[in-house]
Parts: sequence; C-alpha cells; structure tokens
Amino acid sequence: MMLTMTGVHAHYGHIHALRGIDVEVQAGEIVTLIGANGAGKSTLMMSLFGNPRASAGQIVFDGEDITGLATHEIALRGISLVPEGRRVFPRMTVFENLQMGAGFAAAENFEADLARVFAMFPILDERKMQRAGTLSGGEQQMLAIGRALMSRPKLLLLDEPSLGLAPIYIRRIFQIVRELNRDHGMTILLVEQNANQALKVAHRGYVLQHGGVTLAGSGEELLASPEVRAAYLEGGHG
Amino acid sequence: MSAVVFAHHAMTPAERLRDAGWIAFVALVLGIPLIGLTTVDAGGRLEVATRFGLLAVFVAVAFAGRLVLRYGLDHARARRLRRVQAGTEADDGRALAQRVVTVLGWFALGAAVALPLVFSGNRYVVDTATTVLIYVMLGWGLNVVVGLAGLLDLGYVAFYAVGAYSYALLSTQYGWGFWQALPVSGALAASFGILLGYPILRLRGDYLAIVTLGFGEIIRIILVNWTEFSNGPNGISSIPRPSFFGLEFSRRPAAGEQSFAAFFGLDYSPMQRLIFLYYVILVLALATHVFVSRLRRLPVGRAWEALREDEIACRAMGMNTTNIKLSAFAIGAMLGGFAGVFFAARQGFISPESFVFTESAIVLAIVVLGGMGSQMGVVLAATLLVLIPEFGRNFAEYRMLLFGAAMVLIMVWKPGGLLSHREPTLRLGAAAKATEGGR
Ligand SMILES: Nc1ncnc2c1ncn2[C@@H]1O[C@H](COP(=O)(O)OP(=O)(O)OP(=O)(O)O)[C@@H](O)[C@H]1O
Ligand SMILES: [Mg+2]
Repeated sequence: MMLTMTGVHAHYGHIHALRGIDVEVQAGEIVTLIGANGAGKSTLMMSLFGNPRASAGQIVFDGEDITGLATHEIALRGISLVPEGRRVFPRMTVFENLQMGAGFAAAENFEADLARVFAMFPILDERKMQRAGTLSGGEQQMLAIGRALMSRPKLLLLDEPSLGLAPIYIRRIFQIVRELNRDHGMTILLVEQNANQALKVAHRGYVLQHGGVTLAGSGEELLASPEVRAAYLEGGHG
Repeated sequence: MSAVVFAHHAMTPAERLRDAGWIAFVALVLGIPLIGLTTVDAGGRLEVATRFGLLAVFVAVAFAGRLVLRYGLDHARARRLRRVQAGTEADDGRALAQRVVTVLGWFALGAAVALPLVFSGNRYVVDTATTVLIYVMLGWGLNVVVGLAGLLDLGYVAFYAVGAYSYALLSTQYGWGFWQALPVSGALAASFGILLGYPILRLRGDYLAIVTLGFGEIIRIILVNWTEFSNGPNGISSIPRPSFFGLEFSRRPAAGEQSFAAFFGLDYSPMQRLIFLYYVILVLALATHVFVSRLRRLPVGRAWEALREDEIACRAMGMNTTNIKLSAFAIGAMLGGFAGVFFAARQGFISPESFVFTESAIVLAIVVLGGMGSQMGVVLAATLLVLIPEFGRNFAEYRMLLFGAAMVLIMVWKPGGLLSHREPTLRLGAAAKATEGGR
C-alpha cells in the first residue's frame, strides 16, 4: 500500500472537518474522492500535507509514518499537490513556475523533467516566457500539473483540476490524468466534482460526506450505485 | 499561434509621446541634482545656484532622443517580426524597457561616482547625496522583505536603530572601529530580524503590519527608557568616525595616529571626511545591490518571490516557508543594520529621536513608490523623497504638503510604482538553452 490513512481527524479551530477517515491508495492506482461542497475533500488532501495537521489517526506513506512531519518534509517524501484553484505564481513566467516546482535538489534531472513536461503540454513550451497570470484558465491548470510533476512525485494529488474549465479542456485534463497513470505509472489521488468522468477514469473511489467516508468501491461499482447516481450523477454532469 | 497574440501593435502617436514623456521625467529627476543645481562663488562664500535652463535642454534632449530611439526600434522590430513568423517574444517590449533601465542605472552609477568630485567644495550637495544613499540602502534592504517576500513590515526602523546603537555602544564603550563593528552590528540586527520573525510567522497582511509596527515602537521605547544602557533620550554622542585604513579625518589626530590630510600631504579640509563618508555609503549601497541581485537569482530569492505570490502553493511544493520567511527578515534586517552603523558613524550622535515611525514610513514609501521589488525604482523614489523636502525648505510650512501631494500623484499616475515591471530572473536565451539540452 502506498498511502494509508486510518481514523484521521482534522480540525479548523473548532470546526471538525474530518471525522475518522480511512482511505488507501495502492501504487499505480487512480483513486478519486467525490462529495458535495464542504464535504472535506480538500481538507483530506491538505491534512495529508500536515496543513491542517491530523488531530487523531495515522497517515502512512511508503511504509513511513508521516502524520507528524512538517509540510515541506512530506513533500520531499514524494507527494506533490496541485492545489484547488491552480495557484500558479502569477507574476513569474511559465518557465520560472516550472523551476519552482523542481525545488532545490534535483538539478541534474531538471532538463529531462522539463522536456517531459513540455512534451506532455506543448502549449507550455510555446508560452514559457509568458507570465503565468496571463495564461488562460486551462493553460494555468496544465502549468499547475506540470509544475507538480517537476518534483518527480510518487503520488500526485489533484484537487478539482477541471474546476471552471470549458468542456474541451475538461476532456483534455481527464485524458492527461489517464495518460499520466497509464504511460508514466503515476499514482494519482483525484478530487472531483465531475463525478461521472472521475469515476470512469478511476480504479477506485470514495464518497465523502460531512467529513466521513460513506461509500467506497471500484469506479464501476460507484457509478452503478443508486446513492451515488441520486446524489452526484442524475441531472448533473451526466 | 502566439505570434498573433503577441504581435506588437504599432504604437499610436499618443503612446509614443507618453513613453517619451516618462523618460523625460526620469531625466528630470536625475537631472535636478546633477545639472539643475550648481554652486557659485559669491564673494568668497559658496551659494547654490540653479541652472534650470540647461536642465530644460537636457530633459528636452532626453524626450526627443527617446522618440527617435523608439521609432527606430519599432521599425527594427517590425522587420524582424516579418522575418520570424512565429515569435514567443512576449516580453520583448519589456526586455527593451529593462535595457533602458539598465542603461539609466549605469548612468546613475557614473553620476554617483563623479558627484563628490564635481561638487567637492559643496558641503550641502555631498551631504544630501549621502542622505539619499542611506535611504537607497534602507530601501534595498526593506525591498527584500516587502518587495520580494511580500511581508509588510512597518517597523523596519527598529533594525536601523539596532545597527546604529550597536556601533555607537561598541565604539564608545569598547573602542571598536567602524570596520570591526560593521559585521557584528549587521549580525546583531539580523538576529533581531529572526527574533521578530519567529512569533509572526503565521501572520500576513494587516496583522503582520500591526505587529511589526509594534516591534519598531518597542525598540524605540526601550532605547528611551533603559537609560543605563542607551543613555535614554539624551542619546549617545562622540561616536567615532570611520577611518581611511587607519588614517583619521581630523585636524589634530589623537596621539600616535596619523591624519589623512597629513599622510597624503594635503591641507586639512572637513570636506575630505564628508566625501570619504559619501564613498563609504556608496560602496555599502552598491555591495547591497550586488548582494540582493545575486540572491534574487538563487533559489532562496526565487523562493521569496514565490512566497509573495502564493504561500500555499509554496508549501505544496515542499518549500520550507518558515526558513524562507526568516531568511527574508534576517537579510532585510542585516542590511538595515549596516545602514544604521553608517548613520551613527556619519552623525557622530544618535538618539531615539532618529528612529521614529516616520522613518519606517518613508522607507516603506520608497519601496512602494519605486515599484515593489524594483532595485532601480528604489533609487528613483529615494532621490525624489529626499529631494522634495529639501526643495521645500524655502516654503517650510508647505513641505509635508508637497511631499504628500507628490506621493499621491505618483500613485495615481503609476499605481504599480515608478518602475513596477518585474524582470524574469531567466531570459529567453538562457531558457532556450536549458530546454534544448533536454531534448
Ligand atoms: N481554512 C479553513 N478554516 C476554517 N474552516 C475551513 C477551512 N477550510 C475548510 N474549512 C471548512 O471545512 C469543511 C470542509 O472544507 P473542504 O474545503 O475540505 O471542502 P471540499 O470538500 O473541498 O469542498 P469543495 O468541493 O467546495 O471544494 C467546510 O465546512 C469548510 O467550511
Ligand atoms: Mg475543495
């Protein structure tokens, strides 16, 4: 098991945002988290990063207990997050953003990683001297993903990568998720509002509600489940 | 294709005029101290005279020159654009603007080096220029914290005070020399930066501003009240001046010491010391500039900028935001401390009066007016903010009014600061090389 969260609780002040989460991710899997707004999906990802720190429970990554580690320490273990809302560095160029993603250590891998990201997102190569803040939303999302990949993560966390994008970009993002997993063996934990498409690309999924996991299963199982259909699919994104 | 998006539209005449007007303004600011003011011998007495006619010619030349230059460059670019059908040179125009700033920078440096030689008989000019340089240095120091790392610090004067008092006490109590005390005082100021940085790591924006404001006041109040340590409101006097490799700048050097004038066989003149002090601060400021520019290109400098842009994203990328913030505070504080040491040495007397909130506000204004993060902008803004009150001396009661009006006007006209453009730390050429290698 690459990642195991057992009984994880998290608080923001006295808001109890996660109430005993059990989530597992196996190497080579795409796992998706779906749930209504405010269910705690982003919190789950951030608590993996120790921000907010889990107030109870245990998080094990690659056989190591990372529950108490500092955020940057956790990132150095090989987890990379594409935060909700992209959060590229707007005044820096595309190239500088990618440089920041590479961090401080792996200077010798930099060029190879950069070439890989540019091969995956040719638009970033074209725009490498453009300020990231002036990219379109979809381009920014690709940059955010590219930036996260620059640190050679073992586990990639994507928080609502399709947020606010036109259908054509959404399709492209899901295609990228699938490619990353299939061609590069990337393990991905994906948070999505777009339950239908997310469950289609994912091997497994979890449904979150009020800070707890209410349903778990394979992508097809969840797609077929009446609860999921009623809550997230019917009349929704179809 | 990106060429369509970024194809430079031809500038309209109005835009050309505005562009040239802007350059003329820069020329005016630089020209006032360099050309507009001179000294005349009025019956054995030196007086400041104005040469606004000559200045007008200089500004007009800059204006016309810019128009011509711009026109030529536009043509050259249009030709190249036709040749290279697809261009990724989104930042071409900005790179050009950057080159203009760089040229201006070298020009300003040349002027700064030449200034005391040209005005070697004019105490007022050299003194004012020294003050400008102190503020330039403070501005560059605060620029690290506010401009680069994006941490609003309203108590910067505290580090200036720490530097000044460190030198004052080390020299008057323990007989340390200027050059010995400089690194130690800088280190002390840096420790105070870390001391302040620690408790406020989680604060941002308004809250951070309030706490730093409080810190500045605490330091000042301690200096006022802890009389045994700092001599309270009376301050510390007879602070020794820096020597020139052991040579003193005095008419009658202490026993066993030699004076600068005697050593070089010159007649003693108090101007020698003033000019020496001017060059000391010039060297300190230039060292600061080189140091900060270097840092900007290193990972830590880029991390500061990333922190300013988005702290959460920084954390998500495994950056240690604690260390990044503390390093910004420490380095900013150290530079402020250096400026403080120089200030104490130049004045020969310091008291808590010199380290009031207004000083923090002025330095912050320099950074903001200069365009957060811009090194050249700080020079322009510091020159303006020191000179405006100086010019206002003739109508003293309106001085602050003029000062305020100028600040408001600048902010209305250039909301991002005088030179607000941030240059990428990596240029296209280097970036292209970096990627080509990977393929
Ligand atoms: N920084 C914060 N401070 C206080 N409460 C927070 C904070 N961030 C999130 N919360 C609360 O925690 C709960 C879970 O929020 P979270 O962002 O994890 O939801 P989500 O599932 O990601 O929702 P969405 O789909 O809208 O992004 C919400 O009730 C939210 O109000
Ligand atoms: Mg969310």
